[in-house]
Amino acid sequence: MTEVLAADGRPLKASLNRALRRQKLRALALIAPLLIFILVSFVMPIADMLFRSVENDIVSDTLPRTVEALDAWDSASGETPDEAVFQALYTDMALATEYKSHTRLGSRLNYELTGVSSLFRKTGRRVKRFDTDVYADAFRDASPAYADAAQWAEWMDDDALRDALPRTADAYDGWAKMIVEVDNDVPAEEEPWDFVYTALYNDVMTGAEPPVAVDLSGVEPVSLREQFVEIDKDWLDPNVWQTIKIYSPKYTNGYFLNSVDLQKGPDGAEARPESERIYVVLFIRTMIMSLSIMGMCVLLGYPIAWLLANLPDRTSNLLMILVLLPFWTSLLVRTSAWKVLLQQQGVINDTLVWIGLVADGDRLQLINNQTGTIIAMTHILLPFMILPLYSVMKTIPPSYLRAAKSLGATDWTAFWRVYFPQSVPGIGAGCILVFILSIGYYITPELVGGTKGVFISNRIAYHISFSLNWGLAAALGSILLAVVLILYWVYDRIVGIDNVKLGG
Amino acid sequence: MLDAAPAFVAFERVQKSYDGENLVVKDLNLSMPKGEFLTMLGPSGSGKTTCLMMLAGFETATHGDILLDGVSINNIPPHKRGIGMVFQNYALFPHMTVAENLSFPLEVRKIGKSDREQKVKRALDMVQMGDFAGRRPAQLSGGQQQRIALARALVFEPELVLMDEPLGALDKQLRETLQFEITNLAHDLGITTVYVTHDQTEALTMSDRVAVFDDGRIQQLAPPDELYEKPQNSFVAQFIGENNTLDGVIEEIKGNTCIVKLDSGEIIDAVPVNVTKVGERTKVSIRPERVEFNRDRLHDDAHTLKAEVLEFIYMGDIFRTRLRVAGTDEFIIKTRNAPDQTRLKPGEIIEIGWLAEDCRALDA
Repeated sequence: MTEVLAADGRPLKASLNRALRRQKLRALALIAPLLIFILVSFVMPIADMLFRSVENDIVSDTLPRTVEALDAWDSASGETPDEAVFQALYTDMALATEYKSHTRLGSRLNYELTGVSSLFRKTGRRVKRFDTDVYADAFRDASPAYADAAQWAEWMDDDALRDALPRTADAYDGWAKMIVEVDNDVPAEEEPWDFVYTALYNDVMTGAEPPVAVDLSGVEPVSLREQFVEIDKDWLDPNVWQTIKIYSPKYTNGYFLNSVDLQKGPDGAEARPESERIYVVLFIRTMIMSLSIMGMCVLLGYPIAWLLANLPDRTSNLLMILVLLPFWTSLLVRTSAWKVLLQQQGVINDTLVWIGLVADGDRLQLINNQTGTIIAMTHILLPFMILPLYSVMKTIPPSYLRAAKSLGATDWTAFWRVYFPQSVPGIGAGCILVFILSIGYYITPELVGGTKGVFISNRIAYHISFSLNWGLAAALGSILLAVVLILYWVYDRIVGIDNVKLGG
Repeated sequence: MLDAAPAFVAFERVQKSYDGENLVVKDLNLSMPKGEFLTMLGPSGSGKTTCLMMLAGFETATHGDILLDGVSINNIPPHKRGIGMVFQNYALFPHMTVAENLSFPLEVRKIGKSDREQKVKRALDMVQMGDFAGRRPAQLSGGQQQRIALARALVFEPELVLMDEPLGALDKQLRETLQFEITNLAHDLGITTVYVTHDQTEALTMSDRVAVFDDGRIQQLAPPDELYEKPQNSFVAQFIGENNTLDGVIEEIKGNTCIVKLDSGEIIDAVPVNVTKVGERTKVSIRPERVEFNRDRLHDDAHTLKAEVLEFIYMGDIFRTRLRVAGTDEFIIKTRNAPDQTRLKPGEIIEIGWLAEDCRALDA
């Protein structure tokens, strides 16, 4: 096939592209603000949320040496790790305390094991006052070189020496970095801290040659394990160590397991104790209540939409204003109004008692439970069902019903076999809209739901703003997102998304 | 004649009002024998569709009775009337296939499955759409949809079929084919048909009788030829076909001819139709093809008028010539395109005349 050429001899395709480029750029410039806005305020937060739900580098960042040392420890043994782990923990904690990152780590691990937060805070306060100063004193007494900051810096520049004294080099590097970052000082002008001397002592005791000969035989070894246990005997608890070890990888499925009432054990996922299981129930409740709200909206919205589509214009316009009226009122006001109506001394109960349907003694519990949430949310989401239904019904000509009747169908058959199938796309659109809105609804269940009528979103909000367990909130949110996507997919398979119409 | 046969469908003094102030249908009387193809013809708003809807049961008569086979159907709901109906926009159910559409009226009548399939097949074959049973209406062309709508209205074998401008949305050629098919089908099956249209050609070519509606009344109810050749009033004369009108006053009536003095002062012969007395104002109506300008073909004593040729239009099968006659510039004559035919030239002065029986003096 020969290439088609434009009048000037260029390929026609290239000419066309050039002619269209300006148009395309202009079109892109028009939507650019929206595109950027969506990217920044929608896509990126969702990506961040998805990431947060598995991110877990705080443990390995804060306690790198401990995590490494724990590799050798068998978490199923039920025993406390050995002295080497405590030595690593000492260095890590001494540094973390300076960075003040130990409290954050404490709160993180506290989600998994209650009490770890205070353990870390307590340890952080006292880690600098360990009895390890005896090591430092011993070295300084042996040679003034050990008290010379510049000398230390020189030693730690010597690769051969670094290889001979790995623990010392590691501890010194950590310390030097901290001195620069936290204290804004020069390491070569500061005398190393006790934990560096402790590392040097440990190196020497395992057979390494110190830079300047020292006789350490007179030094009484300090058990770091004892030191830690003195602060809090929880350090003897294998559970604490197990938790640290389980949560040491950079990425974890712990938040997701937590979201479905599981927890990470030494042998993988295991069920949480009965008393701690809440999320699965909450997810199921959220689903069921959203479905109920959706069902109520269909039942109430369908006849209204039908009226809107079939009444004369004047009347239907008035009705439409009534449907849209709630949008002009704040959501908070509407929800609060339901509080007034539904409470036990509220308008509805008063009326029922006055009519005599309900005895004064046993007024109906209409609020602070699931009933309250369903009533209030049905009301709030009803327009989202009515509007798509209406716009679809508006396109169904009345002649179909007439045709069906002329063919011998009763009113009901004509409706059910002819009108209803054609309104299904509207029902589909309304249902998706209402269901997805309600599954993530927060403010109304919070206000009228009490404890029994809250949704998963309320729990997410709680973790975001009160418990500050953002990882768990992110995992719950991700599951919610996945559930919506799966339902959407299922819906597409069953009804077909092409059958969803918002009008036209 | 047809009027003598027992009425299958009858409207008796039927009135209809939507708002309680204006009558859309005023005192309608109509009776149709079995097997007749009757067309309701009229401009929009003349009440013809309202009549059809009352017959179908979608509108209730404000006053009067509608009888089907001698029984008043005023209080029978539409689905029990057993009347087939074809709608303007076909109203084929878009979510059902063609076969399901046809099967629908049989299903609601609880007819067995095998019987149903047989009837559906027969109805589809009847409209030559046998191969389209599995299609959806949206996959069919307008003409095909119309055929299916027709088959659906006939599949449950109703004795009366109503058609509400069924060919309105089709192009001219297809319309003509379908006109022919519909009339043939209706006559072959012997069904009574009420057909509503505003297209007079359709009405004339298809119907046994045509009811011309205007202003909520039937202006004339007659077979097509009578309607065209012998309009009973000036509305019908104007509405059906092309027509020349001249305004004047009745000068003299003798038997079935009369003499009319036109406003321009000239005298012509005419048949008095709905004028009764001398001195009454009248509109005289002459069909363009009945006007003669060859003096030899006219009676010797026929009155003639002087005319000036304004425009000559060549239309292929005919010539259409516009004349200035008796003060009007819109007088049209039509002549057949034959080898010996004269082609008039603008500016020519000619004399025109006609047979007195072709010229009808109607109400003013």
